[in-house]
Amino acid sequence: MNDEVAPILSVKDLTVEFPTDDGVVRAVRGISFDVRPRDVLGVVGESGCGKSVSSMAIMGLLPKSARITGSIKFRDRELIGLKPKEMRAVRGRQIAMVFQDPMTAMNPVYRVGWQLGEAIKAHNKHFDKKQIRSRSIELLNMVGIPQASTRVDNYPHEFSGGMRQRVMIAMAIANNPDVLIADEPTTALDVTVQAQILEMLIDLKDQLDAAIVLITHDLGVVAGITDRMQVMYAGKVVESGTAEDVFYTPRMPYSIGLLGSIPVHTQDPGAGARLKPIGGAPPSLINVPPGCPFSPRCPLSDGTLCETVDPPLLRVGPGHLAACHHSDKLAAMEDPLRLFSAVAE
Amino acid sequence: MFSFIVRRILVSIPLLFLASFIAFILVVNTGDPLEDLRTKQNVPKGQIALQEHRLGLDKPFFERYFSWLGHAIHGDWGRTVKDKAVWDQISRSLGVTLKLVVFAEICSVLIGVTIGIISAVKQYSWFDHGATTGSFLLYSLPVLAVGSFLKFFLAIRLNRLLGREKNPLLKTIGESTANFCNVRKPQNCGFIPATTDFLTHAALPTLTLVLITFAGYARFARATMLETLNADYVRTARAKGLDEKRVILKHAFRNALIPVVTVVSIDFGGLIGGAILTETIFEWKGMGRVLVDAVTKVDPNLLLCWFAVTAIAVVLFNLVADILYAVLDPRIRL
Amino acid sequence: MTDHPPIPKPEPASDISEEILLDTLADHDSIEREFTVEQRTQWKTIARRFSRHKPAMVSLVVFTLLVLFAFVGPFLWKFKYDQVLKKPAGASNDWIRPSWTHPFGVQKGYDVLALVMRGTQYSIRIALVVVVLSVTFGVIVGAVAGYFRGGVDNALMRFTDLMLVIPYLAAVAALQRNVKGSTWLYLSFFLAMFAWMGIARVIRGEFLSLREKEFVEAARSVGASAPRIIFRHILPNTIGPIIVNATLAVGAAVLGEAALSFLGLGVKPPDTSLGKIIEVGKGKATTYPNEFWWPVLVLCLISLTINFIGDGLRDAFDPKQNRVRA
Repeated sequence: MNDEVAPILSVKDLTVEFPTDDGVVRAVRGISFDVRPRDVLGVVGESGCGKSVSSMAIMGLLPKSARITGSIKFRDRELIGLKPKEMRAVRGRQIAMVFQDPMTAMNPVYRVGWQLGEAIKAHNKHFDKKQIRSRSIELLNMVGIPQASTRVDNYPHEFSGGMRQRVMIAMAIANNPDVLIADEPTTALDVTVQAQILEMLIDLKDQLDAAIVLITHDLGVVAGITDRMQVMYAGKVVESGTAEDVFYTPRMPYSIGLLGSIPVHTQDPGAGARLKPIGGAPPSLINVPPGCPFSPRCPLSDGTLCETVDPPLLRVGPGHLAACHHSDKLAAMEDPLRLFSAVAE
Repeated sequence: MFSFIVRRILVSIPLLFLASFIAFILVVNTGDPLEDLRTKQNVPKGQIALQEHRLGLDKPFFERYFSWLGHAIHGDWGRTVKDKAVWDQISRSLGVTLKLVVFAEICSVLIGVTIGIISAVKQYSWFDHGATTGSFLLYSLPVLAVGSFLKFFLAIRLNRLLGREKNPLLKTIGESTANFCNVRKPQNCGFIPATTDFLTHAALPTLTLVLITFAGYARFARATMLETLNADYVRTARAKGLDEKRVILKHAFRNALIPVVTVVSIDFGGLIGGAILTETIFEWKGMGRVLVDAVTKVDPNLLLCWFAVTAIAVVLFNLVADILYAVLDPRIRL
Repeated sequence: MTDHPPIPKPEPASDISEEILLDTLADHDSIEREFTVEQRTQWKTIARRFSRHKPAMVSLVVFTLLVLFAFVGPFLWKFKYDQVLKKPAGASNDWIRPSWTHPFGVQKGYDVLALVMRGTQYSIRIALVVVVLSVTFGVIVGAVAGYFRGGVDNALMRFTDLMLVIPYLAAVAALQRNVKGSTWLYLSFFLAMFAWMGIARVIRGEFLSLREKEFVEAARSVGASAPRIIFRHILPNTIGPIIVNATLAVGAAVLGEAALSFLGLGVKPPDTSLGKIIEVGKGKATTYPNEFWWPVLVLCLISLTINFIGDGLRDAFDPKQNRVRA
């Protein structure tokens, strides 16, 4: 933890809206967070909660039709409203991104060396062919591709899924970025290689002195490796704090629901022996009803306050924020993690 | 690569033989080539029998087919009912047709694909709306209407406007002026006057073909580009910090090129037998004219050769499409 | 922890009532009933999406008017197509030009409006026969090839390729040459013979992907026969592409027939069609333009409206509807 250090990336009140034929989709509804140098921030939530959209907003990769408000600052420089040319200089240089599906994220018609070289050349115009090639091989070595000097001439389809994701990471770190956003980097991969990829990401973070924003729907992925994490639901941050805060003293029922949805090995045979899905589905982001967006699925919902007033994100402990009208009830509970299983039984 | 091409050619050959057989069935059922002769008065029986024998009509079906095929394989396409060499006629009209369609197709592809790319990149802009609507309308209009409009409406008015009513600039009949170059007009026999004469004749039919063809390519290129522009690898390219021009050309367009090239080369194969209406409207003596003549006059050898040439073109350019696909997409194993 | 309100039940996924769901488990017939309940709402959404496509709606109206013009018009119009008109006493040579009596003018002693009505009728009639035949055949070939795959698929697709090698206008022209007398039905049949390949390929593609879906697995696992799976389970799911392609095929058939007749290789008297009228009128396109341009205009209208309707239907059947607006 290094709260006293100035954040390298600071997001304030970010909202993203998309006009569609059926109405305006409010994908991100006012989120704020800070990323400090060498931090690992975990962003957790189910699909459609706005976690990918906010990362695309940071990268400036949203379609033109998207309406973005709020502020995204990188080293005190506002990124929203930057000219395309200025934003290009940031993208892939200061902030880089690793995407979910390595099968489709690489251009099928070019050799991986060409695609790596392109990333290098984009921010190092003075590099000649030889320098680019040796840097490409160096990068492939860094991400653990065996026989990098020959593999550099292969096409993406000649790599396995895990190897392709390594190449994608090599592409992302080509210019020693300060922030690396990894959007579900292991979701599309075989379970056996997921851990290797995560381990490598953390190793690289130390080597490169970069901060990592790790986006995932899988709490198990962030468990061991993040300093801070935030839980997102229906376009909002509903809980944020250290990994310990969220794991051991969750103050928002949705976080508990997420915790219940991952398989855990525990000493206590009563708790977590069975997976507890959260009933229902997240609300439509076109007409978000008033009140807490989680209330229709929440065992704690009181039916009045919860369904009329959207709870603000409030401090519930040192560095621990939660958006729930009844977080005090959770704090008073003996075993809040059994909230959903109590209902099921 | 070489073995891939050989393999594809080996697959194409039986296809061509089967196609020739189907064409033969069609031709046999077109009618009696000697109908005129038979209905005429005082034609000696012997002469009819002689003609029947010359055209092979007296042989049984299969014998007739294999005899034709055997000669055709050796490049002997037989003689017409009027006893002229089939190949002379076909090769002459093939030249006329190629002069028209090749240039028109190249223009259509260049214009269509360019418009399609701009439309896709600037999706929902005024340009996109205009181009999409315009190409939809042109795509839906019959060749008949476009050609007739240019010939009977536009040409006359344009020529009048240019004050060239006596000696019109835009010619609407034939591929060249009859007797343009002869002993009395030696000044017309040079390269420049001949080319100019050709261009004034070719302008309108080419425009007809371009108008009806480019629209299809524009629509196809737009749809393909929209797909590749939304692909994950294009997002990756942007995330690298590449400039938009490079993202569009090197990533989106390079991938969109694969289906576009395939479709264009397949279309190329259909061109030779595909401009019949345009040729007829502007009265060019191309493959379209040969077809109409061969069918109405029931000329079996001429019609068979026509089918053979068009079928070979189709198969050949399908092969080209396959090869180009393999060249452009490294995922295809050769 | 029991002192909380009950968790609200999730919304039912569709508006199938519980009763029907229970029936479904009870007997087989109700599966069909459940199916129709879903279908009806699906058709409603398709109709709603189609009605939002303005050019398609306008085209539908125009095309309907054209059909009425072709099939009802002849009964209402004062001149018949085969009524030989004499130059009225005292009239100038201009009597054959358009007037209130003959809005489209007169061609070789016949009223052009009556001729165009009849030509349109023939064109549409021919196109409908072509589409019914070619779509039926194409769907069967595509379904069988896509469902059975392997050798059957290979053989059928090679046959499809083969038919595509031969230019279809030329093939139809060659066959049509030898037909005497009333020919439009033969012509439609010949056109259909060379027009089924496109839809066969589309349907094959649909079948190849649908046959891997869970509901087909399920049907197979309870021992449904191949024809039953093809016709009752997979085919209803390809209705979208079939309708779209059939619609576009109407336009293609009208144009194909017009092209042949324009070349003088299509319908023969006493039959007629738009292409035939255009062929007769083309010699006088500049001197008596009405005899030529009216049928051309009707031909354009048919082609345009059909394409717009097809476009609207494609949008309506395409589930990827939530397009982001500019």
